[in-house]
Amino acid sequence: MGIRTVVAASAVLALAASTTACSSSASSSSGGGKVSLSYGVWDATQVPAMQKIIAAFEAQNPTITVTIQQTPWADYWTKLQAAASGGSAPDVFWMNGPNFQLYASNNVLEPLTDVHPDTSVYPPALAKLYQYKGVQYGLPKDFDTVGLWYNKAIFDAAGVAYPTAAWTWADFQAAAKKLTDPGKGVYGVGANLEGQENFYDTIYQAGGYVISPDGKKSGYADPASIAGLKFWTDLVAAKESPSLKQMTDTAPLNLFESGKLAMYWGGSWDAKAFAANDTTKTGVDVAPLPAGVKKATIIHGLANVVFAHTSHPAQAEKFAAFLGSQQAAQIEADTGTVIPAYNGTQQSWVKAYPQYHLQSFLDQLPDAVPYPISKDTAAWNTLETTELTKAWDGSEPVDKAAADLATQMDAALAKEGS
Amino acid sequence: MTTAGAGARPLAPAASALGGGSGGGGGSSGATGTPSARETRRRRRRHRSTEAAWAAFFLAPTALGLGVFYLWPVLQTFYYSFTTWGPFGGHTFTGLANYRALLHDPDLRSAFVNTLWYCLLGLAGIPIALVLAAVLARPGRRGVGFYRALLFLPVVTMPVAVAIVWRWLYAGDYGLINTLLGKIGIHGPYWISDQHTALIAVAVVGLWSGVGYTMVILMAGLESIPRQYYEAAQIDGAGPVRQFFALTLPLLSPSLFFVTVLSVIGTLQTFDLVYVLIGQTNPALPQTRSVVYLFYQDAFVDNNRGYAAAIAFVLLLVTVALTGFQFRLQKRWVHYA
Repeated sequence: MGIRTVVAASAVLALAASTTACSSSASSSSGGGKVSLSYGVWDATQVPAMQKIIAAFEAQNPTITVTIQQTPWADYWTKLQAAASGGSAPDVFWMNGPNFQLYASNNVLEPLTDVHPDTSVYPPALAKLYQYKGVQYGLPKDFDTVGLWYNKAIFDAAGVAYPTAAWTWADFQAAAKKLTDPGKGVYGVGANLEGQENFYDTIYQAGGYVISPDGKKSGYADPASIAGLKFWTDLVAAKESPSLKQMTDTAPLNLFESGKLAMYWGGSWDAKAFAANDTTKTGVDVAPLPAGVKKATIIHGLANVVFAHTSHPAQAEKFAAFLGSQQAAQIEADTGTVIPAYNGTQQSWVKAYPQYHLQSFLDQLPDAVPYPISKDTAAWNTLETTELTKAWDGSEPVDKAAADLATQMDAALAKEGS
Repeated sequence: MTTAGAGARPLAPAASALGGGSGGGGGSSGATGTPSARETRRRRRRHRSTEAAWAAFFLAPTALGLGVFYLWPVLQTFYYSFTTWGPFGGHTFTGLANYRALLHDPDLRSAFVNTLWYCLLGLAGIPIALVLAAVLARPGRRGVGFYRALLFLPVVTMPVAVAIVWRWLYAGDYGLINTLLGKIGIHGPYWISDQHTALIAVAVVGLWSGVGYTMVILMAGLESIPRQYYEAAQIDGAGPVRQFFALTLPLLSPSLFFVTVLSVIGTLQTFDLVYVLIGQTNPALPQTRSVVYLFYQDAFVDNNRGYAAAIAFVLLLVTVALTGFQFRLQKRWVHYA
């Protein structure tokens, strides 16, 4: 009992990682033998697509083998950080926006400027996300935007017209009210305490901001940002969304999948899981997010990065370059896991699930807002959870929680330095 | 090592007494008798030193493990508690800064209060275990092995698996507990996300998974009490209640003391149940967060390893103090027969 179990488990993992590292260096020192690379990922649903890409890469490079190291999201960053500190991180691994600057500024990542000089093949906002002080450290892998998923059967039963691209907040709020049916345990929407899929979107729709463009100041004290938060807390207070307690017990995603939520703000990445679930296979569809003061959706995307202390830099860079190529993007698009970042391959992804109107995610691109980050994003992400919990469960007024959050977040940002 | 030493020591005076006795037979033989006694003593001493060498040899692997995996990390943690860490290793010495920050950390204070609650509620497991042990240890009871195995099962089950199953049981809308309560017209709370019930919910799971261990130790203690005492007490006219308080309790007190110390140390380290049952976005987290959870959060989520080391060290001091206090207190209530 106690943390010792966790420590022991991570020690075992680290040991396992170091043995694989040893074996890979051993194989390279044996001369003409194969070089084996490790590829760190977190999403199990994407592993089959990654295997296909690896197979294509190995066919072109018979002297290199790649093994996937999949770590569930909950432990990915903890383990990666420990491994990177100990010099045994995977040779190539997935990176996301919130963590990128932390890794790039601590010399954990290999510069990829020479590997893939032409970044104009990716959406500019994504390529820029993975630049630190003007150097490209990551090659965009995919991107995602947020859409309004809805359960057709619940809409039909309540006699509410399906959401359209013309919907405003008022349309959405009226629908949420009509769709809520306490007798059946059905709620209009799940007001998840989640930035990317929920309150970040509404903050920008209301004309507010999470963090100033220079990354130095919090935007939570801005009245428009508070209006974006109130959008959700009002839904909880009106019981048109399950309470925070209920959503802690059962995640809104699971509630939506079991037909207990009429609407769900979810990412483009949800399409694959929804297509595999009985209720959501054909019973749901997706529309663009409703417009507040303006239209907005958060865009975020992953990148592939190379570990600065890999024992095979040349091979690792070769693999990273392949992952950033049109061929790899095409494989990703065809398997329909995520929207590939490489321009021109996105339409294949839309066609992978003809039952959903996935074009909604691409149609929102002109209004897309980059995912808010700074050098130490995790520090204020923790603050967001702690402070906004109080607004969500009604123990504090929204503006007070937001003001407290802004003060603490500014203090955290001040600590980051330049 | 202690048993070997204690066994060898009483032998030595006996041997010299024998040597002296034989030497005292004749006046002149005294000169020859003394060297032979000295010789014996020397042999004994040599024997004892080789015995000590063997003892050291056999203890070395354990001592080495203890040193490398326990003592050295303790010293390291002590040093790191005076440093500030970067996210990817590398640290600078910052003196007492971490400890000064600890004093003003409201999270730490609430975490200590929560942890002491886990500790107190954990102690409630001892009377429960005592009743279970007493019921199972009754002479002539059948299927003792079966029940003992059943009650011991949670002890050897992975805490994470235990917590996941209890999460389902506790679930507010679809959990088994609230479904059963609903049948008798009670609308149960959201056990693990309600600020009022979450801490008790966590403690109950901890108690449930620890009670088997305590019970097994107490059963062994009960079985080692000679039956004759009870027969004698019966003849003297003592009823079952009097027997329990005058015989069972004092004779079981060494076992009770042992499980109390273990329970306190164990519950002070509560972590995995909170981590899995409560989770990071739970509104009841401030009411359930334990000291070790706070340590985890600082060390592995917020990258404040130096500060986390300071938390760990303060917890160590509290554990030592509470255990020391119990050892002082034991003189008043523990009877070694």
